[in-house]
Amino acid sequence: MPKRDNLRSVFLNGVLTENPIFRLVLGTCPAIAVTTSTMNGIGMGLAATFVLLGSNVVISMLRNFIPSKVRIPAFIVVICTFVTIIQLLMQAYVPSLYDALGIFLPLIVVNCIILARAEAFASKNGVFASAVDALGMGLGFTLALIVIGGAREILGAGTFLGFNLLGAGFEPVLLMILPPGGFIVYGLSLGIINAIANRRSKRAITGKEGVQA
Amino acid sequence: MRLNEVGIFLFFVSCALVNNFIFSRFLGNCPYLGVSNKLSTATGMGIAVTFVMGLSSLFAYIVYTYVLVPLDLKYLDTISFILIIAALVQFVEMFMRKSLPALYSALGIYLPLITTNCAVLGVTLVNMKEGYNLIESVLSGVFGALGFLLAIVLMAGIRERLELSDIPESFKGFPICLIIAGMMSLAFFGFQGLVK
Amino acid sequence: MNLRVSAGPHLLAKDSTRTLMIDVLIALVPTTAAGIYLFGLRAAWVLSVAIVSAVISEYVWQRLMKRPVRVGDFSAVVTGLILGLNLPSTIALWVPAIGSAIAIILIKELFGGIGHNFMNPAMFARAFLMASWPARMIQFALPERLLGASQAAVGVDTMASATPLLMPGNWTTYDMLLGNIPGTIGEVSKVAILIGFVYLLFVGTISWEIPTIFVGTTALLSWLLGADPLIAVLSGGVLFGAVFMATDYATGPIYFPGKVIFAIGCGAMVVIIRQYGNYPEGVTFAILLMNCVTPLLDRFTVRRVYGTVKKHA
Repeated sequence: MPKRDNLRSVFLNGVLTENPIFRLVLGTCPAIAVTTSTMNGIGMGLAATFVLLGSNVVISMLRNFIPSKVRIPAFIVVICTFVTIIQLLMQAYVPSLYDALGIFLPLIVVNCIILARAEAFASKNGVFASAVDALGMGLGFTLALIVIGGAREILGAGTFLGFNLLGAGFEPVLLMILPPGGFIVYGLSLGIINAIANRRSKRAITGKEGVQA
Repeated sequence: MRLNEVGIFLFFVSCALVNNFIFSRFLGNCPYLGVSNKLSTATGMGIAVTFVMGLSSLFAYIVYTYVLVPLDLKYLDTISFILIIAALVQFVEMFMRKSLPALYSALGIYLPLITTNCAVLGVTLVNMKEGYNLIESVLSGVFGALGFLLAIVLMAGIRERLELSDIPESFKGFPICLIIAGMMSLAFFGFQGLVK
Repeated sequence: MNLRVSAGPHLLAKDSTRTLMIDVLIALVPTTAAGIYLFGLRAAWVLSVAIVSAVISEYVWQRLMKRPVRVGDFSAVVTGLILGLNLPSTIALWVPAIGSAIAIILIKELFGGIGHNFMNPAMFARAFLMASWPARMIQFALPERLLGASQAAVGVDTMASATPLLMPGNWTTYDMLLGNIPGTIGEVSKVAILIGFVYLLFVGTISWEIPTIFVGTTALLSWLLGADPLIAVLSGGVLFGAVFMATDYATGPIYFPGKVIFAIGCGAMVVIIRQYGNYPEGVTFAILLMNCVTPLLDRFTVRRVYGTVKKHA
């Protein structure tokens, strides 16, 4: 059984250190395609988290039984099963969100994050740790989509989660909810987050006097 | 939009330019950002994707129309499409390793990644949603991929030019790439309305 | 005097940048004056806001990023002025302010500053504004001179007037040459643009290929498609775009074959967008699209260094 500290770092790893969208830059297609509003971003994030959790747990359970030569197809089959489940569930219970996400829901199958976690984590770690990893990664993914979707919705429509935020005098920057806006907002937020991370790591180095090589 | 209504030229314009996979469908971003730093590899990747997308469209159509629909197994579409694609990529990889070793070594790890290139699975799903027939599906796959090829080649040209530019440290790599993609997708707005 | 260097990278020394920019500004004087004369003081406000915002954006960015402040090379002034000239005189003043900031920071400075941007900053900003606030960008005023003279005769609403591109036939060739037509501040007066063109050719700041082939392609293709080539060239922004935007050093091709392809591509895209596309005017998007192709054009039309052998003979 892994220690609690380890689990916490596994969880935070997905949210911060290796945030799939902002640090690893994986799964970029949905980050641009469905972030025209905050709500769509949350829906996509939660759907992906569900698939991540399911596939990580199952793959971790089966990790000693899957021959390594066919592991990638096997992972894809497991992931695809969970995608089909969430697709059917969303179609039944949240049809409007199902329609808004369009083909990006079935495309979770090929979202690099999920296969990457299966390969890099779940196939090497225990069930519980894999579940924590999935939740961390899923939360990191969801938060990133909220950041991008939130910025685009506020600038491009003047609203946040549908609430009018900037008043009637604000004329929305329509481009922000159009395709170019998606690329530009993602690029700018990625650059800003890089800048913050660079500054922090610089400070961390200069803070530890004498440790520097 | 049906092929017999618009003709092959406008069908091409629609699939490759107006509804460009990168700039308006947002599919295939990972290789677009990852393999676009050199013109030669970008071209190779684009050609490989074109090949796989055309073949996947063909086989996905056959399997969907003649297996899934008659057996009433439509909900297995995603899983059967991804398995078709995985098998095809395996085939292309073997073919390339034997016949085009130079290109094979250049594309390196990105070839297996075509499996998880969402443009490939995406095109099969789009074809199914649009209700394309066999010819339309294959053309949509090939033309869509040519649009991807155009986008990635232009991106590679721009990135090679920017190699010596003094871009702020934290914007080097992915961030500036995404911004370039946004600028290009705004330029591609010019194609809007060409196919009604 | 030809200031262009013949092989890339086309980074220009600071002094020559300044000289070039001043030449471009001089060439823009007739257009600017005509715009202010035709559209009144309001046009002067739009241009001033665009310029001031561009200069401030560049200054603030360079200070914040701890880079050498290069406002003195006048390139930001040129970008701001060209953007302003691409806007209708009725535009709310916050629009040019935002446009110039985007042009300078997002398109120019983020890519490493002057000479490194692959897309024309003013053109991108105009496209950005057109996509964001489309209604504001097409509210063209009739020139004030025209108002005084023949408002009753024309009988068109002062605001929200279509350019002659949308409603040809109402204007005489003479009106279109002088600029007595609705449109953006800078594009209407063709005589003023041509004076600037001749000046730029004379001092060697630009060469003839891109503007003439661009305009020629537009005229020829419009004619082939059954439109009046004279209206196609004189009514919209083709002339202004061909002389002042398509000739930008940083975003256009360096070598002769590349220039020809670039210009033909621009002209063809303009006609295609006008005839079949969603937008009434295609100059902006045509130039932006060809900007994207420019790095490849440069690469494949590279002039061989004398004495070397072709790789694949």
